[in-house]
Amino acid sequence: MNLDIALLLAQDGLTNGAIYALLALALVLVFAVTRVIFVPQGELVAYSALTLASLQLGKVPGTAWLLVAAGVAVALLDTIAALRDRRTRRLPAILGWNVVLPLVLLAAARWLAPRQDSLWLQTLVTVAIVTALGPMLYRLAFQPLANASVLVLLIVSVAVHFVMTGLGLLAFGAEGSRTTPFSDARITAGTVTISGQSVFVIGASLVLIAALWFFFEKTLYGKALRATAVNRLGARLVGISTTLAGKLTFLLAAAIGAVSGVLVAPITTIYYDSGFLVGLKGFVGAIIGGFASYPAAALGALLVGLLESFSSFWASAFKEVIAFTLIIPVLLWRSFRTHHVEEEDEE
Amino acid sequence: MSALAAAPGSRWPLALFVVVLAAAPLVLPEFYVTLLNYIGLYSIVALGLVLLTGIGGLTSFGQAAFVGLGAYTTAYLATAHGVSPWLGLVAGIAITVVIALVLGVLMLRLSGHYLPLGTIAWGISLYYLFGNLQWLGGQTGLSGIPPLTLGGLVLDTGRELCYVIWTVAIAALAMIANLLDSRPGRAIRSLRGGGMMAEAFGVDTANLKIVVFVIAAVLAAVSGWLYAHLLRFVNPTPFSITFGIEYLFMVVVGGAGYVRGAIVGATLIAVLREWLSTVLPKLFGQAGEFEIIVLGVLLVVLLQRARGGVMGLVARFLPVDAKAVAPASAAPLPSRDKPEAGELLLSVNDATKRFGGLIAVNRVSFDLRAGEILGLIGPNGAGKSTTFNLVTGVLPLTEGEIRFRGERIDALPSREIVKRGIARTFQHVQLRRRMTVLENVAIGAHLRGVRGVPAASLRLDREEERRLLVEAKRQLERVGLGEQLDERAGNLPLGQQRILEIARALCADPLLLLLDEPAAGLRYQEKQALAALLRRLKGEGMSVLLVEHDMDFVMNLVDRLVVMDFGEKIAAGLPREVQRDPIVLEAYLGGLE
Repeated sequence: MNLDIALLLAQDGLTNGAIYALLALALVLVFAVTRVIFVPQGELVAYSALTLASLQLGKVPGTAWLLVAAGVAVALLDTIAALRDRRTRRLPAILGWNVVLPLVLLAAARWLAPRQDSLWLQTLVTVAIVTALGPMLYRLAFQPLANASVLVLLIVSVAVHFVMTGLGLLAFGAEGSRTTPFSDARITAGTVTISGQSVFVIGASLVLIAALWFFFEKTLYGKALRATAVNRLGARLVGISTTLAGKLTFLLAAAIGAVSGVLVAPITTIYYDSGFLVGLKGFVGAIIGGFASYPAAALGALLVGLLESFSSFWASAFKEVIAFTLIIPVLLWRSFRTHHVEEEDEE
Repeated sequence: MSALAAAPGSRWPLALFVVVLAAAPLVLPEFYVTLLNYIGLYSIVALGLVLLTGIGGLTSFGQAAFVGLGAYTTAYLATAHGVSPWLGLVAGIAITVVIALVLGVLMLRLSGHYLPLGTIAWGISLYYLFGNLQWLGGQTGLSGIPPLTLGGLVLDTGRELCYVIWTVAIAALAMIANLLDSRPGRAIRSLRGGGMMAEAFGVDTANLKIVVFVIAAVLAAVSGWLYAHLLRFVNPTPFSITFGIEYLFMVVVGGAGYVRGAIVGATLIAVLREWLSTVLPKLFGQAGEFEIIVLGVLLVVLLQRARGGVMGLVARFLPVDAKAVAPASAAPLPSRDKPEAGELLLSVNDATKRFGGLIAVNRVSFDLRAGEILGLIGPNGAGKSTTFNLVTGVLPLTEGEIRFRGERIDALPSREIVKRGIARTFQHVQLRRRMTVLENVAIGAHLRGVRGVPAASLRLDREEERRLLVEAKRQLERVGLGEQLDERAGNLPLGQQRILEIARALCADPLLLLLDEPAAGLRYQEKQALAALLRRLKGEGMSVLLVEHDMDFVMNLVDRLVVMDFGEKIAAGLPREVQRDPIVLEAYLGGLE
């Protein structure tokens, strides 16, 4: 291996690593606030990539219909609950968010699909559709289990992953897709060529990380989520609803997944079931960060990207073995360092 | 056969089940025999997982990888070297035990959710390894595996193998049911929630977790071995993390805490998946793995509505837990020689505990003599509980020494300290709520038995088991809970739960009883009953160290008092003297101006 190849691999690794880092941040966020180890994070990435690809092929993406279906389910559940509690004033909001908004997005997708002009508009609709799925996912799968143990939540999370993979196959078929890159530019520095897409991915990741930082440090909702992450009961006592915190967290996680999907779509061919492995790499990063530290998780994810890229050069068949075996020493190190009080499991 | 008999109370359904099973392969069409075979194979894995996850509280997503180890070992040995399937089984089990030991030693130290994540990691790693090692056939796998032979019989049809598969499954079911209803079984059932209670009664929890992990892995490997000789072909797909997750689904659907839930769950998932995979593609008008959508949704709804799974639902209406029953009498267990009244039992000398810069306990010294009740009191935050944890080996000492009958115990872990005759209760009661009162108390006698997992699985431990249960019953009668032996511990009121903890401690045949705030949260009558019990125990020669902050409760009960405040001993002596001590009054009442 010479320096050129090393730099090429490093560029590759950093580009993928940046996306893993975004996912790692989402996983840390979701775990900290809701204690859900969010296995389906990767599916959101695949949904987003495939939604964009559908729009570029002139098709109405299946996710738009999925959003309408999920929205109707949520609206039904919430309407029943609202009627039971005689809080009919909530009905317009329930219907607005869960029925009207999905229908508007579906209409937008149908209008946009035949027009092949604006990549940015396609991206915007894609991100909106996938992001809107987040809170619905929380409402349907996790909200009724807000008090369950981490283990029960993990099993539900895995079940949701299966459901979403199956729905992904139904919505997009088994074909893989790749989308148009945002930038065809190539920057040549000496003997090294840097692709514009890589710069775009890394730049977009940095912007998103900065935006998240701003949200958590400077806004009331961001602070509310941080408070919930530190102490759920305490947060409730000062008026931060667990449900609101959960939905907001899933909204953010879905938004991060959606942006990651749009970023990864031009680099890699994405299939309906690609999300799991992409998400798991983010996991390794999150685990390195102990599901607690955002910078450590992001650095861990970058490390995974680099490791994967270099091991694919030396031992391409074993790159997954290497990436996942890496978790074990990290877990051990984590487990020894953190003083962990076991929660009393229910029987 | 008696060696494989299941726990009492569950024989009839099992016998019926066996008869139906024996007839099934003779009458069912091929399709259903195949389905039955798969259910059997899944059940074997799920049974191990019930023990590991449902009962031991250790979640593994990686069992499919162990199934793969069993399958690939025999497949490789048979196809590449012509080794007999039976030797392949032995080799598969041996390799699995070695790998499970290594993984277990590494992974079971992981706490909380790190363990399940770790199992996902090695589950995926092993799967990719199977698919990428060329001598294991890569993604195409190995074919031409010879059939199983038994004597001169060649078992090369599903119908014949059905008997082998289900014999193994039923044997595994019976052995696990036997195991759970025994001394090591009660220890396994105490592993959840950190295992502090189990350690306090002498259970080596780290070791036991590894044993349970290895048992689950071996069952998975045996299932894999059967699978390889049933299909006569292996490839990596059925050993992927997806299948590892499905095994866990089976256990959760069946009811993670119930042994028979493994078979219920395996049946439900296998049948549903088979049925859905024929119905759904017609419904959607295209081919695909849609059954996973429905299965996933069902699982989410099940967990939202009934976290105990199917068996948990059944348990609301029918008694499904086997309960240990104490026989009328048995040879008594050997007990320790009791010390003479007045002999120096416990001496704490300049005990100091620092947490970073915080000094929780500062140079505290006191002695306790045989036959007395010593109270350790003080306001909240005085360092009483820390002192208690130092004596019981939960926390290591920073400086000073603690001796019990002249021997230093301050460097020993809890399970060594209880061996020397110090038994304790917990400030927050540590009971297994679903186990009966009798079973909970029998945990206390753990160190007075020696029979381990193999003997218990094969029911070779019954003589000792009778003696342990009779001892537990005797101690429950001693504390006045003789009427509630079969009650679930979780159903008792708090006052009786605390008394149950005392009975459990007495079961360890202690020379010294350590009680951590036994009166906390009790009503007045309950406190009276507790005080009466402690007086009676003292009358029988028991020595007691009592940590408490309820002044009224201790004043009329103890012989001597040690008072702590801000980590220091501020007074010691007879209750009446201490009550008048101005320093003590100041600590409790904030000073008299």
